[in-house]
Amino acid sequence: MTVLDLSTGTLREVNSILQAAESGDYVVAHPQGAHALACGLDAAVGVRVDGPVGYYCAGMNQQATVLVDGNAGTGLAENIMSGSVTVTGNAGQSAGATGHGGLVVVHGNASARCGISMKGVNIVVGGNVGHMSAFMAQSGNLVVLGDAGADLGDSIYEARLFVGGSVASLGADCVEKEVRPEHLEFLAGCLVDAGMDADPSDFRRYGSARALYNFHPDDVDAIRDAAGAADNRGEDR
Amino acid sequence: MCGIVGLFLKTQRHESELGRLTALMLEQMTDRGPDSAGFAVYGDDRDDRTKLTVLSEGVDTDWGEVCARLEVALDGAVAHRMVLDHTILETALDGVDVRRWVIQNVPDSTVLGSGHAIEIYKAVGDPRLVAERYGLAERTGTHAIAHTRMATESAVTTAGSHPFSTGEDTCLVHNGSLSNHNLLREILESKGESFQTENDTEVAAGYLAWRLREGDTLVEALERAIDELDGFYTFCIGTRDGFAVVRDPIACKPAVVAETDDWVAMASEYRAIAQLPDVADAEIWEPDPAKIFAWSRA
Repeated sequence: MTVLDLSTGTLREVNSILQAAESGDYVVAHPQGAHALACGLDAAVGVRVDGPVGYYCAGMNQQATVLVDGNAGTGLAENIMSGSVTVTGNAGQSAGATGHGGLVVVHGNASARCGISMKGVNIVVGGNVGHMSAFMAQSGNLVVLGDAGADLGDSIYEARLFVGGSVASLGADCVEKEVRPEHLEFLAGCLVDAGMDADPSDFRRYGSARALYNFHPDDVDAIRDAAGAADNRGEDR
Repeated sequence: MCGIVGLFLKTQRHESELGRLTALMLEQMTDRGPDSAGFAVYGDDRDDRTKLTVLSEGVDTDWGEVCARLEVALDGAVAHRMVLDHTILETALDGVDVRRWVIQNVPDSTVLGSGHAIEIYKAVGDPRLVAERYGLAERTGTHAIAHTRMATESAVTTAGSHPFSTGEDTCLVHNGSLSNHNLLREILESKGESFQTENDTEVAAGYLAWRLREGDTLVEALERAIDELDGFYTFCIGTRDGFAVVRDPIACKPAVVAETDDWVAMASEYRAIAQLPDVADAEIWEPDPAKIFAWSRA
């Protein structure tokens, strides 16, 4: 166990050590809300951050297991590829954004746009998620034990959204779907992986109605009107 | 970009260090706004006395002489004290009358704010140096809001710096940009508001000032502002006995709020809040879009 103290070392020094590590366990002390901490890790190392972090913590994570004992700011685990990133408190907006794989766990609430454009990551939130979560989500699973804010899953492609509580509203092309046995099986395993205590049968599933996938000839007039309006305003298109 | 911070003390415990804590928060936001900075501090609140903060940039105004003329014109005592190019007038006269007299009779001066508790200071330059120059760390009081600016919509000038006054004891700091400020400015001018800059935030301040003058409560004025202001914003609004935070319906501009038994703080980034005492025990969250969060001691 190696302790890296941000009250004495610089962020760049700490990140360089973590990024060069090939194995082992590290503790980051006194993070004080530092941005971009433990970013770009690409080895099976363990990192525990003792306190709150700022923006973009554990971005682009591969293989590493990162635990933040505190809250995290905007863009937690952005574009995570593999491994896991866990936050004991709340996460700011855009947690798990564009993530391709791995697991993101938020024990508290995650704010707006959680899982925006997710591409294969699994995200488990113990509390609530904010508005526009899973916006343009393409693949992966968003599991919310609490409530979801407005416009959940707007313009969603193929990700699966599971919500235990209420949904303020569904976004465009997002609909409720049947929970089948394979979904219960997935939830059971995912909740165990995330260290969450919840009954898979309490969740409802949401996903894409697939109505926005392709150009439809019936829409051509609406598209032409929108383009004309943009021309009239002198906008670039 | 811009950085904003606000600190409201719910109890008397940290009143003696309000300025020191606010300065720590402000300095953390330097990266977000290195152009210029400003702060509003609420303290020494007295019903029988109004304070006016007047900026006289680049001119050598004889404030003793100005106050003597002002006392004759409005028939009442006016004291003054100076902090570099900022002058604080203190008087039992009506603040609105004094403000109008100063604007009409003291050229090259800008009235930054007035009220029973508020003082506003702002300047171009590094936020830490601005805070040091105007003695932020030594100030005491109940609450403060502050701003670091990276200008996008108008020039880097002291007058374009935040906070902007929105009426007696009320002011505003803003992270974001408004897209309908020119149209709104024309509408507000037709309703009697006057503007001193081309700045978009001044229009938001003028909008709230107009609504408050029309009799809206602060919450009513902010609800209406959410409908009428087009653009990106996180606002922190200081009032005589508290503060409020509001974000636009998309809420792209960051904001984090933390609350303990002794204080409520907001900032663009958590690292500003990380400076505060007992922060480990604070409840911390991002404020919801298009929702008004307000605190007061009342």
